[in-house]
Amino acid sequence: MAEFINNTILSLLLPGELPADHWAGYMIAALVHCILLLHVVAVGALFFIWLERKVSGRIQDRLGPTRVGGKFGWLQTLADGIKLLTKEDLLPGNADRLLFKVAPYVSFAASFAAYLALPFANGWVGQNLNAAVFFVVAIMGLEVFGVILAGYASGSKWSLFGGMREAAQVVSYEVPLGLCVLVPVVACGTMNLTTIGNMQAGWFTNWLVFHDPFMFIVFWIYFTCATASVNRAPFDLAEAESELVAGFHTEYSGLRWSFFFMAEYGSMFTVSGLAAILFFGGWHGPIPLFGPEATNLAYSNEEVVAGTFRVGGYLANLAGCTNFIFKTVIFVTVMIWVRWTLPRLRIDQVMTTCLKYCVPLAAICFLGTVGWQLFGLPSPNDLLRTAHRGTVREAWVLQLEASERAAATAAQGGGQ
Amino acid sequence: MMLLGAIDWHSFFFFVFALLAAGFALGVVFTSNIVHMAFYLTLSLGATAGLFFLAGAEFVGAMQFMIYVGGTLVLLIFGVMLTAQSRFVHMKTSAGEWVLAAAVGSTLLVLLLHAAISNKSWTTGREHRDTLTIADAQHVTALGQSLSGVRPDSLEEPSPAARRGMSGYLLPFEIASIHLLVVLIGASYLARAKKRVSSSKS
Repeated sequence: MAEFINNTILSLLLPGELPADHWAGYMIAALVHCILLLHVVAVGALFFIWLERKVSGRIQDRLGPTRVGGKFGWLQTLADGIKLLTKEDLLPGNADRLLFKVAPYVSFAASFAAYLALPFANGWVGQNLNAAVFFVVAIMGLEVFGVILAGYASGSKWSLFGGMREAAQVVSYEVPLGLCVLVPVVACGTMNLTTIGNMQAGWFTNWLVFHDPFMFIVFWIYFTCATASVNRAPFDLAEAESELVAGFHTEYSGLRWSFFFMAEYGSMFTVSGLAAILFFGGWHGPIPLFGPEATNLAYSNEEVVAGTFRVGGYLANLAGCTNFIFKTVIFVTVMIWVRWTLPRLRIDQVMTTCLKYCVPLAAICFLGTVGWQLFGLPSPNDLLRTAHRGTVREAWVLQLEASERAAATAAQGGGQ
Repeated sequence: MMLLGAIDWHSFFFFVFALLAAGFALGVVFTSNIVHMAFYLTLSLGATAGLFFLAGAEFVGAMQFMIYVGGTLVLLIFGVMLTAQSRFVHMKTSAGEWVLAAAVGSTLLVLLLHAAISNKSWTTGREHRDTLTIADAQHVTALGQSLSGVRPDSLEEPSPAARRGMSGYLLPFEIASIHLLVVLIGASYLARAKKRVSSSKS
């Protein structure tokens, strides 16, 4: 993207020729990425909190917010945000001053950093890491750090209880979550999220969730563990309102309090996005509308780098991004639905769910998927005649092929 | 504009992350509150992960987050917050400990500086920074190949019988991993048994 900005935009605006690796392009590209991602987190939180209120209202046979901002109360969250901004920033007398103030930012920073490697469409990613899955899972595990610091630093028993529960829960659920994430990675042979998404192109039968029966079960285990790891009901023991006042954020008020919530909704989006990419085809719709065979609309990141930008391809990617966000919002809605439907589990039930059910099931499904691959058993996608078969190729092979293609086209151009 | 253009951004970010890592490491040393120490340690290790990302080793960087930062987290929770009584939360370091730590630390510093200066590729300037070749990292490459079963040093072994005996390091590595797992399970078993006795007594 930096090369693109330097070559096309800045070269037009500024006099003289700019080199492709000029620092201004990189800085603008970084700013654009940061601001876009920050908006995903902040505006996403605004939308999801409104959605949470509406869905919970409907589930409890109420209307939810109706007045603020016209018809559906869609400005309710903004009004709440302004209210939170004007609240007093309280600091309890017993609190550990430094850690109390820092904890919400730690939580938010961890939640936000995971977006760095989360692709929204083919090539639309902050940083296309080769180990993106691993990076996202590792960063997601750090969000609990802010919660534990908050629980400790508040100097309140409720907060400490909430923090310790969160610690025990998240550390335990990292194990089945990691196992579940491993299964699609093994099936694809890569940890690059962009590659995993692109390998599920074509009809919805090519989505990894329909790859084999084990993978189908793994998705549900993943979703359970993801709900637990982002600390949502029925696993929201860290903030159990009926027992612990508000758990780890009992002592917080104002903007610091809202940072915890932005982090929570940001993480919900991340785990849902990860589910969409790993299991549900990412930015590919159920029907290959934008497939390269049918419409020649498919977008590839190499084209941008090579300077052959096409509006059609860009629109196709925009549709892919919409697909991805739609799937993710559906998963978040399911999380909200579950929250307002199921009662909260006890801490021993939470641990039992994790260690006695999720871990063994995930391990069995891992073995099952590996066996399915090993023995070459058919997946539903093979039954389609025009099936697009994803091939396992590592990122460096793809790069090699891209460079070979570029060399070939350069040689052709030189020949003419 | 010209000033910004003159900055070598790679070095700039290297210094940012290196200063963060070193600064928070000093914070660990000079803080007396044990929870603050763990917090600074996490930040220092996180900055080190940033260095790995800067070097393009994203897997190692993510690993740094997962193992070291996450490990410190678990250390903080189960090692410190649950066991620390109020007298341990604020640790006083005695003069003897300072001297001992300074001696050990400065010895290590001298050793590392000597190793850094004596390494030829670290002192001689590089013409083109982009062409960082595999040859610079040959020791690590050999280690990685040995781990995956191919021993490059077996090519220099004249006797074919001895060469056949030189297998990869994968099996020893796995044995060591299983040992660690056994130790882990044994430790949790012991801890659990102790708890039972105490709870039945009380």
